[in-house]
Amino acid sequence: MLRYVLRRLLTAIPTLFVIVTISFFLMRAAPGGPFNQEKGLNPVIKANLERVFHLDQPLWKQYLLYLNNLIHGDFGPSYNLPDFTVAELFADSLPISIQLGGSALVLALLLGGILGIIAALHQNKPADYAVIATATAGSTVPTFVIAPLFQLFFALTLKWFPVGGWGDGALVNKVGPVLTLMLPQLAIVARLMRGSMIESLRSHHIRTARALGLSDYSVVIRHALRGALLPIISYAGPAAAALLTGSIIVETIFSIPGVGRYFVEGALNRDYTLVMGTVVVIAVFTIVFNLIVDILYAVVDPRVRYD
Amino acid sequence: MSGRILHLRNVKVSFDTTDGTVEAVKGVSLHVNAGETVAIVGQSGSGKSQLMMAAMGLLAPNGSATGTADYRGANLLSISKSRLNGIRGAKITMIFQEPMTSLDPLYTIGDQLSEPIRKHQRLGAAQARARAIEMLRLVHIPEPERRMGSYPHEMSGGQRQRVMIAMALANNPDLLIADEPTTALDVTIQAEMLELMASLQQRFGMGMVFITHDLNIVRRIAHRVYVMRHGEVVEEGGTAELFANPKHAYTRALLEAEPAGRKPPAAPHARKMIDATDVRVTFRIGGGFLSGPPLELRAVDRVSMTLRQGQTIGIVGESGSGKSTFARAVLRLLPSEGTISFENRPIQNLTRGEMRPLRRELQIVLQDPFGSLSPRMTAGQIVTEGLLVHEPSMSRAERDRRAAQALEQVQLDPSLRNRYPHEFSGGQRQRIAIARAIILKPKVVVLDEPTSALDRQVQKQIVDLLRDLQQANNLSYLFISHDLAVVRAMADHIMVMKDGRMVEQGTPEEVMEHPREDYTRRLMAAAFAR
Amino acid sequence: MTDVSLPAAARGRSLWADAWNRLKANKAAMAGIWYLAFMAVLCIVGPWFTPHDFTTIYQDYTRVPPSLEAYPRPDAIGPAVKDAVKRSRLDLAGWEEKDGKIFITVTSVRPIDERVTRYIDRSDVFRNAQVADKSADGLRMTMSADIRHEYFFFGTDNIGRDLLTRTLTAGRVSLAIGLLAGIVAVAIGVLYGAIAGFAGGRTDEIMMRIVDILYSLPFIFFVIMLVVFFGRNFVFMFLAVGAVLWLDMARIVRGQALSLKRQEYVQAAEALGVSPGGVLLRHVVPNLLGPVVIYMTLLVPQVIILESFLSFLGLGVQEPMSSWGVLISQGAKNIPGATWLLVFPSFFLTTTLFALNFIGDGLRDALDPKDR
Repeated sequence: MLRYVLRRLLTAIPTLFVIVTISFFLMRAAPGGPFNQEKGLNPVIKANLERVFHLDQPLWKQYLLYLNNLIHGDFGPSYNLPDFTVAELFADSLPISIQLGGSALVLALLLGGILGIIAALHQNKPADYAVIATATAGSTVPTFVIAPLFQLFFALTLKWFPVGGWGDGALVNKVGPVLTLMLPQLAIVARLMRGSMIESLRSHHIRTARALGLSDYSVVIRHALRGALLPIISYAGPAAAALLTGSIIVETIFSIPGVGRYFVEGALNRDYTLVMGTVVVIAVFTIVFNLIVDILYAVVDPRVRYD
Repeated sequence: MSGRILHLRNVKVSFDTTDGTVEAVKGVSLHVNAGETVAIVGQSGSGKSQLMMAAMGLLAPNGSATGTADYRGANLLSISKSRLNGIRGAKITMIFQEPMTSLDPLYTIGDQLSEPIRKHQRLGAAQARARAIEMLRLVHIPEPERRMGSYPHEMSGGQRQRVMIAMALANNPDLLIADEPTTALDVTIQAEMLELMASLQQRFGMGMVFITHDLNIVRRIAHRVYVMRHGEVVEEGGTAELFANPKHAYTRALLEAEPAGRKPPAAPHARKMIDATDVRVTFRIGGGFLSGPPLELRAVDRVSMTLRQGQTIGIVGESGSGKSTFARAVLRLLPSEGTISFENRPIQNLTRGEMRPLRRELQIVLQDPFGSLSPRMTAGQIVTEGLLVHEPSMSRAERDRRAAQALEQVQLDPSLRNRYPHEFSGGQRQRIAIARAIILKPKVVVLDEPTSALDRQVQKQIVDLLRDLQQANNLSYLFISHDLAVVRAMADHIMVMKDGRMVEQGTPEEVMEHPREDYTRRLMAAAFAR
Repeated sequence: MTDVSLPAAARGRSLWADAWNRLKANKAAMAGIWYLAFMAVLCIVGPWFTPHDFTTIYQDYTRVPPSLEAYPRPDAIGPAVKDAVKRSRLDLAGWEEKDGKIFITVTSVRPIDERVTRYIDRSDVFRNAQVADKSADGLRMTMSADIRHEYFFFGTDNIGRDLLTRTLTAGRVSLAIGLLAGIVAVAIGVLYGAIAGFAGGRTDEIMMRIVDILYSLPFIFFVIMLVVFFGRNFVFMFLAVGAVLWLDMARIVRGQALSLKRQEYVQAAEALGVSPGGVLLRHVVPNLLGPVVIYMTLLVPQVIILESFLSFLGLGVQEPMSSWGVLISQGAKNIPGATWLLVFPSFFLTTTLFALNFIGDGLRDALDPKDR
């Protein structure tokens, strides 16, 4: 198993390299640069700035320089917030995104899972239809519709929560972002869980368990649920990677200083290092969570073996 | 009556489907006495399985049952779930047809065996484990202590079915219900399993209900028989009496459904149609950027064969013996080594394009009547597809006429030629597949288990049809089957294959009555035991 | 050829006919189809029948709430008169309303130029301003004008544009992008997946490895980067969105192609000597069509959401064109005062997405061979 993990981590390096390379050159192929934005900028100052950030050098040199820095764990300085390095920006924003995304993910898995099981156990009965309706609504209404509606009703009309802002992580500030992040995930999890649980309950070994007179608890939880968890696990990996690295929409609407918002601002301002940093962080999260999924798979399903 | 352990009275089972309510069982009464083996015989769809599922409370969520299923004063159809759970698994147990999927893939054999023991006998973990190991030994699982930690996927189908039996018997039940427990197994393993069940039944003194479509098994193990058709019992009685003197027409039809007759041998010096020497087929498994060299699997290992005009060579063997692979290699549908010639012309090195004109002479009929017909084409289009290739100039009207003719030859109503495959029964579909092969007037037809997916009665009709077509058109057949009764009725020469090699060949009499090889002997004993 | 009379052949029930019947029985899907058709017609034809153009700005009617009654409201006429007169730098002596016409009397210390009626006309509230009466010294004049009745059923936006018209024209854009980018994605995906699946072996392995790598790219971020760096161009939106969403289609089609290759009827066709082209035409394409149609209907809402999402961030469709995402974004910025700006476009977008999802689910149930 350990050898497998090491091998997977090794094969992740070329993947990361490809991602970094594509992103780097794609971004540089675009017109404009970080210091072209402000028109009033004195050409001398602009030239100085570009020299400081090595932007006056040939592209391939910049690329090698960036790669070299990256290997040493250095994301470089932010071009647009010159007082900060990209790493410092992440140190501030990543914990916030992880808190919000993590809470949303855990809630979505728990509630969605429970709803899915309830629906599967009452297939084609009112409880099932209620869950299906919720899931359909949750996965159809886009986040950028739900979030403003949440603000309108719960923040502006009922005044239960603030309209936005991080508020140093106060609980009331988190409710809106977490709920809007959670809802679509919950819908997907509930649907997935319902489907895989129904299939699992139909399987022959569940019939065997029933024929042996095992209790409902044992049949549903010990035997059916464990098998039904596999699709949820494979869904949860990529979902975790996406959620923990921040949601552009939710962070923008609720004015949360997370990774997603930095990325949009960085992209708009041609803040090369910030954008590259975000891409790398997301790619690393994706790779790590895919690996975790594969390991969990082997834990749950003895048929999966990594040698 | 004290000896009566299970008594079903007027049990009806129905299912709510999108097309309305379907009655699967229409009022069946039957009983089982202690220590007695009762067989329920019927074809697929007769309701025989659903009847016992209902008694065990195992119907699908859309199913419901009425009537009474009396077990020692308790009506299994109406008692509470917790009381039912006290009876099933402890007093009445059931094993199923699908050995590969009936065990939970995520738990060890030991876990799964111990759980019902602990529940019903209220034993501690150590005692339950000891009992589980004892049961594994009883069903002849080698190294039971080590096997306790195995997962189902690490065992063969036969071993899994033994584990199922161990689970079912671990709590000393009064009654064991076995739903086609040997159907999915190879014949030699089938025989061992039946022996095991018979001996365990005597040892435990329990009653047994044996659900099957296979009359051979019934004759071998049952005391009494119920014959079911369309959800009703049409005849019941003692085994010997029922077999000797069947009263109901359906029972008679079932008994006569065994393919009968023999094929007269072809002329010994008839024209050689196919001559294959030392055919080898190797599959490569895996292999890629990182996974190292591929694993080589020799599926067919130096098999030779000569097929003459009008001859039928039957190839028998269990699953995985390489019989289908060999036949496909002979038709050049798979790459192979060795030499193959058709009408004395070597064909093993012909390209795809060079093979094309020969394809009309070399046809194949496949096993699965549901998978082998394209679902989006009409019967007429399917039957005439070969004409599009080999007689491209033929007019549409002429093709239509030929389609009707071919369907008539396989005894199908030609007016059905615009229907789609899903509108036909399994037997009808197989006739369409045969029509597709013979419309090109081939010389050699490979029949790859053409009757295996069909009910016995339909099987017999297809066998008769194939024999008639052979006579009428002087065809040569390569007939592949695991079903020795069918092979005996079809072939004038038999090849026995095992693990990719041919172990024995000869006339049906030689191979079936006087087998030389030990493997063949076991195969025949299992198939024709009386 | 002999003329043998054939028995009349009964017509068969094809799987397509079966699927269509199942779809017709599915109320949610049929409602979805009708709703979508209605929405498409409404968005395409509707803007020609609304009383406003989607770019016309009514300065006097910024952020007016939706109403079935005509504007101006009676109490708004007075201020409008004052505003108009003030702009003409004359003194208002009085005004009255009679028979749907308005009479405004103005005075000035200098003789009044008759062209001042233009100032009245310039207001969105009045039109056909004429001189009705003028004193001899020219210092006092009465003008008559018609009151312009304007209907804003959905209200107006921040700068006074009719929201109904804008919602409908935005619908054109959203639906068009959904459809076109959907087709782009499906076309790329089907082609790529089919080639990989049928070529098999090494080709398949390399092609799918590329898909895997593209999958591990953070795709939302990628679209944003593409759009930001290459300009906010309508056509480019299609390409960016389509280029990202083809991956799933490619995987689905490849899987289908692989499983079709193993089908016994494909083997049977090969045994008949049918050429690869014939196999493709008669056996593969008809059986691939189902999954492709299903995926396409499920892809269109995804594309619409992605486009709206980009537009919401200001990266998508640019003014004066708009899409539902653009309108929702503007609505979200105005929620305390003008909820209708959020509610109407949201309603249009969400109901359309629901309809598309119902159609997709219905098609899946109808075409999926599993329930047969």
